[in-house]
Amino acid sequence: MRALHQVAEITLINLRTLPQRLGTSLVVVVGIAGVVGVLVSVLAMSEGFRHTLASTGRADRVILLRAGSDAELSSGVPREAATLLATLPGVARDTTGRPLASAELVVMVDLPRQGETEPSNVPFRGVPPTVFAVRDEVRIVEGRPFTRGVREVIVGRKAARQFAGLGIGSRIAFRDSDWTVVGLFESGGDVHESEIWGDTEVTMSAFRREGYQSVTARLRDGSARGLQAFRDTIRGDPRFSISVLREPEYYAKQATVLSNLINVLGYTVSGFMAVGATFGALNCMYSAIASRQVEIATLRAIGFGGLPVVVSVMVEALVLALLGGGVGAALAYLYCDGVSLATLNFNTFSQVAFDFRVTRGLLAQGLLWALLIGLAGGLLPAVRAARLPVTEALRAG
Amino acid sequence: MPSGARGLSVRYLPLLWAGLFRKKTRSILTLLSVFVAFVLFGLLQAVTVAFESGADSADAKRLLTTARYSIIELLPLSHLRQIEQVPGVIRVAHAEWFGAKYQNESNAFPVFAVEPRRYLEMYPEFIIAADQREAFRRTRTGAVAGVRLVQRYGWKVGQKLPISSEIHAKADGRLSWEFDLVGTLDADDPATLANTDVVLINAAHFDEARLLGKGRTGWYIVRIDDSSRARAISAEIDRRFLNSPDETKTQPEKEFAVGFAKQIGDLGALVTRILAAVFFTILIMTGNTLAQSVRERIPELAILKTLGFSDGKVTGLVLAEALVLLALAGGLGMLVAAGMLPGLNHAIGSRFPPLHVTAGTWLGGAAIVVVLTLAVGLPPALRARRLRIVDALAGHR
Repeated sequence: MRALHQVAEITLINLRTLPQRLGTSLVVVVGIAGVVGVLVSVLAMSEGFRHTLASTGRADRVILLRAGSDAELSSGVPREAATLLATLPGVARDTTGRPLASAELVVMVDLPRQGETEPSNVPFRGVPPTVFAVRDEVRIVEGRPFTRGVREVIVGRKAARQFAGLGIGSRIAFRDSDWTVVGLFESGGDVHESEIWGDTEVTMSAFRREGYQSVTARLRDGSARGLQAFRDTIRGDPRFSISVLREPEYYAKQATVLSNLINVLGYTVSGFMAVGATFGALNCMYSAIASRQVEIATLRAIGFGGLPVVVSVMVEALVLALLGGGVGAALAYLYCDGVSLATLNFNTFSQVAFDFRVTRGLLAQGLLWALLIGLAGGLLPAVRAARLPVTEALRAG
Repeated sequence: MPSGARGLSVRYLPLLWAGLFRKKTRSILTLLSVFVAFVLFGLLQAVTVAFESGADSADAKRLLTTARYSIIELLPLSHLRQIEQVPGVIRVAHAEWFGAKYQNESNAFPVFAVEPRRYLEMYPEFIIAADQREAFRRTRTGAVAGVRLVQRYGWKVGQKLPISSEIHAKADGRLSWEFDLVGTLDADDPATLANTDVVLINAAHFDEARLLGKGRTGWYIVRIDDSSRARAISAEIDRRFLNSPDETKTQPEKEFAVGFAKQIGDLGALVTRILAAVFFTILIMTGNTLAQSVRERIPELAILKTLGFSDGKVTGLVLAEALVLLALAGGLGMLVAAGMLPGLNHAIGSRFPPLHVTAGTWLGGAAIVVVLTLAVGLPPALRARRLRIVDALAGHR
């Protein structure tokens, strides 16, 4: 009981005198804020990319590509094959009996990023009217859908943010034609939000193509058995040379290089940063407490026990660490959350945009890290301060 | 170091050392945090340099001609003669993307279908034995591969290379191809070495054997006589194909590489921002440590002054301490980063350009050491300079 009382007493004194030690305390706070801020933002990038991938595609949908192709760009599906594929019994139908299959072609168009002149490869997808039924996560958030047979496009929300001149009403010149942006769409934050969509037939004629790149279809039976049956039908049919992949599997494959790069970058940077800055923060904490050696010795000289001293110093360290962690996490949240980043997906040779996601889990992780630094930084010097013979400590000042 | 200390610096080394390691834990923690920051700097810079290496190894006398609207579209082989006739053009080579799949891995490495003589003459920086060059020219099914690829897959010259294409079927409709490895490509400097991470195959054989797309190629590489006329010649080439079904876009190789690096875009900027945050945090913490170290030593510094050390010498001593600390930790960090890279290069194989610490990175590191030294060391150094012996000894801080 006595010890507890002492702990409370000293801790209060310590915390109340914090403002008088503003300089050193501030350095600890800023240092830890730096560590936590970088850590949380780098991890938020990985998290955002992972999220974009994970939310692309649904397990009950498959993408049909030419056998042997792993990517839409290298695939080709002839018109007749696409029509036949849609009528297979494994493909789901809507209430009017229309097959839920979307035959699409993808071309690359050159568009500069906002504020730049160098062109980047932006995917332009020709989609049939059924696409909105097949991909029912797609929502027009502004404007209207494109009209069939007309050179109109809708633009993914992330593409509109990243690339110049994609606002509603603006005209874009691709090939020998002018296209008008008539709408913005969202698709649950997936990779399609980095794309531009137009009517298939118009796209095909404008870009002088004679076939599709892929067919995306919703399966009647999305289970493993249903998929296997669908695969067997296609494999057994001599009219087709088509490979069937579940959408999530396909999109994960599409980003292996980039996701490796981002993960390696994210974890290497945050790992090194954490270690390096932890040394620094430890150091500050260490010196902050070392400089109060006399004070601590005085407390002990007037009868306070060793344990209350250690505990109170620890509490102070943790409070400062938590404060730093909070500031760092808050900064990461303010500056990074929702910021979008576009880069080249090496697998598809095209731009992919994704948002930083500062999740609760990451914030908690940042605070935990701050507390660990505080714990490590406070414990050693606190124990040292409590152990040092009082006379020696007093003289050292 | 100020003039007073010049030439005598060696004599002060023990004093410097004693000052640095006055508090061992503190100095070691500071060293470690700066050390880690520089390891990170070395590694991240190597990545950034690798991203930009394409631009560095570009030849100012080479132009690239691609399809105007998308680099993935093909151009007719008949363009070759027409480009050759443009004044200022010395020679022309062409290449096409094969879309390789090796051991079930998509795009394990790029495979280009080329006309051997033209292509190898276009890239004199590639090192290939004369007999192998000749063998590549004569063998219709011949292929040459970069040394890093040969090492990665353990290939031997003379063996068969079974490579599938994701795009091109042979006349029998199959996607699997087989080539004879007749030689290896090497290069002297690391930036060029990255360009040898390809397999070159014989375009004549490829064009004859493929099912579709006969008589077309992916892009042209054009050597010109005068790099200062690169733009004019590019414009002239494009003018020749204007309003044809196969319009072209010609640009200097460097611009193409820069444009490609730009596509990676935000990721590079992000790396820079991360480094800035890391160094800012380190700066604050190291600064604090140093300031405190000086604060604690005020009586000692006063004694030095009493012994006849000039103001300049005391200032120099404090600054030198910061410099030694940062240079030691920074240099070690960069050395460790440089030492880690060969292993890292081996681990990621030839999927990424070789990473290395360049002279530029070393210079950048040195500049950061100097700037940090001034930012961190100057305030306490000036404080030491202004110190009045009487006050300091009396304990009036």
